[in-house]
Amino acid sequence: MYLHEELETLTRTEIEALQFERLLRTLRRCMKSPFYQKRFAENHLRPDDIRSLDDLRKIPFTTKQDLRDNYPFGLAAVPMSEVVRLHSSSGTTGTPTVILHTQKDLDEWANAVARCLYMVGLRRGDVFQNSSGYGMFTGGLGFQYGAERLGMLTVPAAAGNTKRQIKFITDFGTTALHAIPSYASRLHEVMEEMGIDPERDTKLRTLIIGAEPHSEEQRRKIERMLGVKAYNSFGMSEMCGPGVAFECQEQNGMHIWEDYYIVEIVDPVTLEPVPEGEVGELVLTTINREAMPLLRYRTRDLTRILPGDCPCGRHHKRLDRMKGRSDDMMILKGVNIFPIQIETVLMQFEELGTEYLITLTNEEANDLMTVEVELKEFSDDYARLQALTREITRQLKDEILLTPVVKLLPKGTLPKQEGKAVRVRDLRKTLI
Amino acid sequence: MTVHQISIFVENKSGTLLRVLDLFKDAGIQLIASTISDTVEYGIYRVICSDPSKAYEVLKAAGISASMSEVFAITLDNQPGRAADAVRVLSQAGIGISYLYSFLLGGKGILVFRTDDAERTNEVILRERLASLDDEALVALV
Repeated sequence: MYLHEELETLTRTEIEALQFERLLRTLRRCMKSPFYQKRFAENHLRPDDIRSLDDLRKIPFTTKQDLRDNYPFGLAAVPMSEVVRLHSSSGTTGTPTVILHTQKDLDEWANAVARCLYMVGLRRGDVFQNSSGYGMFTGGLGFQYGAERLGMLTVPAAAGNTKRQIKFITDFGTTALHAIPSYASRLHEVMEEMGIDPERDTKLRTLIIGAEPHSEEQRRKIERMLGVKAYNSFGMSEMCGPGVAFECQEQNGMHIWEDYYIVEIVDPVTLEPVPEGEVGELVLTTINREAMPLLRYRTRDLTRILPGDCPCGRHHKRLDRMKGRSDDMMILKGVNIFPIQIETVLMQFEELGTEYLITLTNEEANDLMTVEVELKEFSDDYARLQALTREITRQLKDEILLTPVVKLLPKGTLPKQEGKAVRVRDLRKTLI
Repeated sequence: MTVHQISIFVENKSGTLLRVLDLFKDAGIQLIASTISDTVEYGIYRVICSDPSKAYEVLKAAGISASMSEVFAITLDNQPGRAADAVRVLSQAGIGISYLYSFLLGGKGILVFRTDDAERTNEVILRERLASLDDEALVALV
């Protein structure tokens, strides 16, 4: 039932003792990172000042901006010769962020993912197909190494080419698939076209879904369509990637591995802890990482800790489904996109004004982004308007890796913005 | 010689067109010819009217995206086949027509068009003795 029985079944007291011990080790390590040396000095703080888990709150938060400001290696807490892997954020606007790993970090990451997959019932002998993008996207290599660590035959199918995915599923006898939730319904649609009944013609029994917000109803629908059990997964590249928190077979909240992370939920405005069980921003401290420990990292994800014990016997806290973001990040087809990326591209065009609106819709479970932007000056030249539309579309695609629909609008057509501008309308329906 | 045309960038929303026409009405501007080209992305409303400069000012003051440009307008005898003759000489000269609309006014056929080469179009009009109009001559036909 447990892959790491000793660690998974720790009592709360044992978890907290282990966390404190690992926190102290992490703090000592942080003193080798130029960023944290400076941060501690500025705040007249020394690792010795942290005498209990509660003292963690004396340490300032770390933000994504800190990662940008110290790009690429300013947070390294080990000599670069010990770093064996680097993952970087995909955005090309402004400064990207980088996460560094030692070999031990990669091992521990694989262990965490393996633990998650074992928890949902996967074993050596299963065939695991990963339809996540590979490369810098951590959902690729993260699941690959975790599934291999567990001893499963692991198929790095990567994203796209639905017919080929289905051929792999039937030919290789795939029993478990990792996919973003919106892709699951696409898969079902194409299976129907190909005359394949997922329950009769495939061995698919387990689906790992994550990286994209989805409702309980959506999960149940995916389970019915494909005849599988679908488990929610939570990860983020700053915390390695997948394997941070995962549902157990109870399918009621995601256990976050507290031997890897210290969890706080804070009010995103006051930054004070919220009362137990209330929604706030998830703040994580890595306590099992060498190359680049992060202290009190503001994830910007909004969630809450589910109260009560889980019947599975694990006392690691359970996170509720993500409720949204405390910033303006959008998640489209599993890709993280910030409005500022769109804005930066648009503002490079002389022909365009400053008003724009991003609308997200989902036609038949396919996420679609429409970017409406006002023209500064209008000239009656259809060919030029078309060429301009094409060029904007191309540059946006280079930036966000998805192709949006671009619409040029007359000046003054978009609703006038008063106060904080509303740049994004999310009209996506939660149900498939 | 050319006439002035007003092009208005209209959103594909009912109401925008009425707003434009009401502005013209209030300003005492008369339409001579107009056409809407409507594509998925954007609609362009092109207007030939009694007072293009005033029309442009009125639209601008109302915050409506518009531009004023010059297009060719030639008169043709009111007989079948005259438009074909006119387009043929342009085509033979290798001139491409970007858009064109036609109407009857004062017993004459009128072709309004823009081409991809204004200079050569002028040459062809002169050489072939096509009867082209300016704003004044056009309004005189109303």
